[in-house]
Amino acid sequence: MGKRIGMEVSLAIAEAAKMANVDVVAAYPITPQTHIVERMAEIVANGELDAEYIPVESEHSAMSACLGSSAAGARTFTATAGQGLELMHEVLYVASAMRLPIVMAVANRALSSPLNVWGDQSDLMAVRDTGWIQIICENGQEAFDLTLAAFKISEDHRILLPVMIHCDGFYLTHVVEPIEFPTQDEVNKYLPPFNYPLPLDPDKPVTMGAFAPSFIYTEAKKAQEVNIVNSKQLIIDLWKEFGKTFGREYHPIEKYRTEGAGTLLLTLGSFGETAMTAVDKMRDEGQDVGLLKLRLWRPFPFEELRETVNGAQTLIVVDRALSFGGPGGPAFSEIRSALYGEKKRPKIIGFVGGLGGRDLTVTEFEGMVKRAAEINDTAAEKEYEMFGVRE
Amino acid sequence: MENLGVYAARLAPKIDGLAPGHRACIGCGEALAVRIACKAMGSNVIVANATGCMEVISSQLPATAWDMPWIHTLFENNSAVASGIESALKVMIRKGKIADKGTKVVAMGGDGATSDIGFQALSGALERGHDFLYLMFDNEAYMNTGIQRSSATPYGASTTTSPAGKKSIGQKTAKKNMPAIVAAHDIPYVATACPSYPFDMMEKVKKGLAVNGPAFISVFSVCPTGWRSSPDLSVKLGRLAVQTGAFPLYEVENGQYKLSLDPAPLRPIQEYFKLQGRFRHLSEGTVKQIQEKIISDYEKLKRKVAC
Ligand SMILES: Cc1ncc(C[n+]2csc(CCOP(=O)(O)OP(=O)(O)O)c2C)c(N)n1
Ligand code: SF4
Ligand SMILES: [Mg+2]
Repeated sequence: MGKRIGMEVSLAIAEAAKMANVDVVAAYPITPQTHIVERMAEIVANGELDAEYIPVESEHSAMSACLGSSAAGARTFTATAGQGLELMHEVLYVASAMRLPIVMAVANRALSSPLNVWGDQSDLMAVRDTGWIQIICENGQEAFDLTLAAFKISEDHRILLPVMIHCDGFYLTHVVEPIEFPTQDEVNKYLPPFNYPLPLDPDKPVTMGAFAPSFIYTEAKKAQEVNIVNSKQLIIDLWKEFGKTFGREYHPIEKYRTEGAGTLLLTLGSFGETAMTAVDKMRDEGQDVGLLKLRLWRPFPFEELRETVNGAQTLIVVDRALSFGGPGGPAFSEIRSALYGEKKRPKIIGFVGGLGGRDLTVTEFEGMVKRAAEINDTAAEKEYEMFGVRE
Repeated sequence: MENLGVYAARLAPKIDGLAPGHRACIGCGEALAVRIACKAMGSNVIVANATGCMEVISSQLPATAWDMPWIHTLFENNSAVASGIESALKVMIRKGKIADKGTKVVAMGGDGATSDIGFQALSGALERGHDFLYLMFDNEAYMNTGIQRSSATPYGASTTTSPAGKKSIGQKTAKKNMPAIVAAHDIPYVATACPSYPFDMMEKVKKGLAVNGPAFISVFSVCPTGWRSSPDLSVKLGRLAVQTGAFPLYEVENGQYKLSLDPAPLRPIQEYFKLQGRFRHLSEGTVKQIQEKIISDYEKLKRKVAC
């Protein structure tokens, strides 16, 4: 058993990459990710970890260097946020389609313009179709655990996919939390060395990234889709194994006080912590409110969602991103579509809030529950509402 | 002379990293350049290829022309991909995860991939000092997408995005001096080469691989399709480009310029232009102006060699 110490979450994420004994880190600084990569550079510079730190000249090159590194068979880590993730965008598709294991921590941040460096999940949502496994953390312990577990998931020969670990910028990255760390021995036992099946090697030449005309492109994409869909059960199993090893088990959707709940709030990321306090308060006041926290965004946990919302009359989905001119927040519209075919489903209400680092407080979560009841009563036809806008 | 040519071909290594059966146009000077580069590189290399003609003609699923570990990902990032491969090999050797086989890393790309869209990634990789060889296959336009101009397109050439017309002489800008820009990164080895001089080119590729740190070679690659020249003239056009001074062959070793071949006196540029459709519209006056610029550029180059 390791020990519990107070540490900034960014540093804890770097600690996970260090304990995973990564070989290559290629990264470019951007607020609020900077502490992660500064710490990685420091760890390498002072010899705590034998790795190559590539101080690339852009995020596009960061992810591109990760492609090369992973294809050569090295354990590869990077981190970014907001604009950086967007600059990587086209490279992200390549990493997943070429089945290159890479672990990337994303400090979720708003997208320009206007420039805003604070917590927001617009970046996370903008890359949802890139074929990466996307896992969302709520607190520092999760950030450490899920980063460590991400290497195991990413490099599993049945999966071989890149993984993003999402932590809300500042809300998570810049806070100090008590975190329990395993010992290096425990980690070594848990995480075997990276063993890529067919790396770039002159002894066994392979062609990677060949060109696919239309007669074969669809089949390649279907194979990719089957692979990521099938990874869901494997991720669940690997999290179970993590739980057995380290005593903390994770699930695609985490439930909080959902027993007999007529109204469910659903959050992604750090708002889960505030929402729990709000739920406690409302429960104390006799309201039957519970909370769902969506952890696995891709592959999307359809069955788990259907099972967890079963019995509720109202489901309130809180998005931290907008889909301009679209059908509400991205999580809201996906969840509504996932439940559309259900015979019995809750009324689904979407709120968008907390953009660009705006806080959503306990009072505001209570307000959402109230507002949802009003919308329910008036049977309003609104797609969704932005919450907390100063008019 | 003819016989010497036949004999000389036998001196080239038999090994072919780029196998026959690829889909390049007849007379493609770029495919010839890649093949010659591969002969010099041997089999202990890993190649990161940019999107462009050479990637598309060689790797259509389910076949491949590459008999070496080869990776293509995107258009503008081959220098960064190569950085990642080089770093991975270095650390894995250091950590004892793989054996040190002396494997070299090569990035390949066209003039567009290198001097335009991938310019930043190239500069970054050079500045960081990765141990790799960059081969820029310069056919003076974006050929893969249909002969659009690049910053390597020479002044006056007509392309689909710098078309000659009533109000246009074609490309309005001078060819970007990539070797000089790369040399400004103070890397150990920079050179220009052309497959019409295969042994010179092979020597340079070997030198570029051997140096410790980044090396860069700009390889002149005749494109009969894009230049509207006869496919049987590709080797001759390469020679003419060198002999007219349009594409001089030289090396910059640790900052020291050295001419590989001094074709004095330079042949008139018109000999080179008249075999290509892309220059056909140029007036005598423009050709004369271009001729003067070539001579002055060549003299500038010779002054660099002298110091
Ligand atoms: C980001 C991006 N922009 C544009 C393209 C389209 N594109 C593919 S290859 C190419 C031109 C390649 O030109 P060059 O690098 O000179 O190689 P060549 O085909 O001439 O050998 C272009 C514009 C692309 N693939 N990706
Ligand atoms: S277009 Fe030009 S460079 Fe491309 S394959 Fe044809 S001849 Fe070669
Ligand atoms: Mg070109």
